[in-house]
Amino acid sequence: MNILVCITHVPDTTSKIRFTDENTQLDKAGVQFIIGPYDDYALARAVEIKEQTGGSISVLNVGEAETEPTLRKALAIGADEAIRVNAFPRDAHFVAKQIAHQAKEKSYDMILMGRESIDFNGGMVHGMVGELLGIPSISPVMKLEIEGNTAKMAREIEGGKEFIEVGLPFIAGCQEPIAEWKIPNMRGIMSARSKPLQVVDAVSADPRTATKTYELPAPKGEVKIVADVDQLVQLLKNDAKIL
Amino acid sequence: MSILVYIEQDQGKVKNSSLEAISYGAALAEKSGGKVSVLGLGSVADEDLDLIGQAGADAIYQVADERLNSGVIQAHAYMVAQVYDLVGANTLVLAKSSLGDAVAARLAIKLNAGLVSNVVGLPDLSAGFVVKRSIFTGKAFVETGIEAENKILAIKKNTHPIKTDGAVVPVEKLTLDLPDTVFAAKITDMEKASGEVLLPEADIVVSGGRGLNGPENWGMIEDLAEALKAAKGCSKPVSDLGWRPHHEHVGQTGVKVAPALYIAVAISGAIQHLAGVNASRYIVVINKDPDAPFFKAADYGIVGDAFEIVPKLTEAIKALKQ
Ligand SMILES: Cc1cc2nc3c(=O)[nH]c(=O)nc-3n(C[C@H](O)[C@H](O)[C@H](O)COP(=O)(O)OP(=O)(O)OC[C@H]3O[C@@H](n4cnc5c(N)ncnc54)[C@H](O)[C@@H]3O)c2cc1C
Ligand SMILES: Nc1ncnc2c1ncn2[C@@H]1O[C@H](COP(=O)(O)O)[C@@H](O)[C@H]1O
Repeated sequence: MNILVCITHVPDTTSKIRFTDENTQLDKAGVQFIIGPYDDYALARAVEIKEQTGGSISVLNVGEAETEPTLRKALAIGADEAIRVNAFPRDAHFVAKQIAHQAKEKSYDMILMGRESIDFNGGMVHGMVGELLGIPSISPVMKLEIEGNTAKMAREIEGGKEFIEVGLPFIAGCQEPIAEWKIPNMRGIMSARSKPLQVVDAVSADPRTATKTYELPAPKGEVKIVADVDQLVQLLKNDAKIL
Repeated sequence: MSILVYIEQDQGKVKNSSLEAISYGAALAEKSGGKVSVLGLGSVADEDLDLIGQAGADAIYQVADERLNSGVIQAHAYMVAQVYDLVGANTLVLAKSSLGDAVAARLAIKLNAGLVSNVVGLPDLSAGFVVKRSIFTGKAFVETGIEAENKILAIKKNTHPIKTDGAVVPVEKLTLDLPDTVFAAKITDMEKASGEVLLPEADIVVSGGRGLNGPENWGMIEDLAEALKAAKGCSKPVSDLGWRPHHEHVGQTGVKVAPALYIAVAISGAIQHLAGVNASRYIVVINKDPDAPFFKAADYGIVGDAFEIVPKLTEAIKALKQ
């Protein structure tokens, strides 16, 4: 199987989010960047599928040079080659156009993505690429098995799951427990250095949305610690007016 | 603006998040001038159709093709695009959900539209079209402009109140072409808890963490949830360990909830868990460790043993409701 895995380069889940330049830019000072956790599930499952079926894994990121260490990490985890589309990922539509263009050039058996990026949380890029390529896109996928030319998957729905069968090629937006995150080992890290990381130009695509000013949520007030449940019930009833 | 609202149903009932989306559409129509059409795919119970009108619909369309009852992403996208053209819409509004996101993304391409997800308020129309959306898993917001003629807005749960004073509107049934090609992904089976409050839709959530020691101790969580008519949630280790089903897992990598009340029992309050609950209106934390980080994110807290406190709380709530 030839698998394309699309990864984001995002602040670690424990990062404190701040903005600079009059709230028009993310403040990257002290922020650790990682492979998006959902993309990490997609990559882990791709590595397992490759172990079973053979083939090759390409990882792709649409981003500027700063994302290369994140692509190298994906190579260390088990991808065979990396592609960086050299552009600032202006919006989901712009990114989807880049991914679709790359996918049209090569013919992948499947494209695995994360269910959503954890910076903009859109959950949109996989559906857009699916529509651009005219192939099915399924998300969020929590189980994925390949049997011949058919993919069998479980998609999470509210309160349960749906079982889906689809022919190749397809796109899946992945989430746990599709696979366990893989930590690169020493051999992986060493070999990642010599694996190809190709930088390609972006194709032209109009972004359709524009981020303007950022804002942080209002700070939370002090917690009120109560002595017993009766006091809690009174507060919920009289102050919060919930019960 | 001519607005189309795509709604979702769960076992024949219109979801509350969809009623919020209709109400949002009505408020947007009022602000911009224009009308709101609502599209339901699959079968919707008659009494629920009234709720759609009350939430502010001017027209209701239904495509009662049974093949659309479950969430077939491509088929839904295909159908919504047809109806969008039919009613001459220029804006599509829907509730953010696992199905809504997937359908909206495909529609953004079909309709050449600018799509904004996680919308938390009405747009500012004074200089174009600018809406606020939640980003970084609830840690921030950003004002986002849409530059395309056609617009799609996916509304975050519990950010727009449900309107109830609209008029009841008759339903127009549509029969539209639905080719087999949009069913390339086949749903072969479904597993779904029945009769439970859906977690992403819930007004109250009772959630348990690893501090509860094992699945055998979930009875008291279930009792409390039942007394409150709440949905049940859990932390990631609890679903990783198989104590609770995965769809109850709340947080950064799980379900993001936005209830009026979130009750966290024996959950430490790791930043990744908080990311899924920070949009809750009120948070109550029950934890035996006074230094548990969750207290910093809480409105009300009780320090103590969950095994003593939770049953007492259930009794107190039952007493209050009598
Ligand atoms: C990338 C990433 C993503 C993640 N995503 C998520 C996510 O989506 N959701 C999530 O939940 N976690 C997530 N995690 C894991 C997270 O970091 C924590 O490990 C997890 O939330 C801890 O779960 P817990 O609070 O149930 O367990 P613990 O941290 O073990 O806490 C148990 C708590 O129970 C209390 N306790 C014990 N006994 C009692 C008692 N008898 N009465 C009252 N209190 C008691 C203890 O004081 C303690 O505070 C993620 C981690 C990473 C790295
Ligand atoms: N800049 C990017 N480069 C590569 N893949 C991306 C990029 N942005 C998003 N994706 C992929 O699309 C998925 C969904 O992203 P989003 O629609 O932004 O929530 C992510 O989990 C990634 O797999």
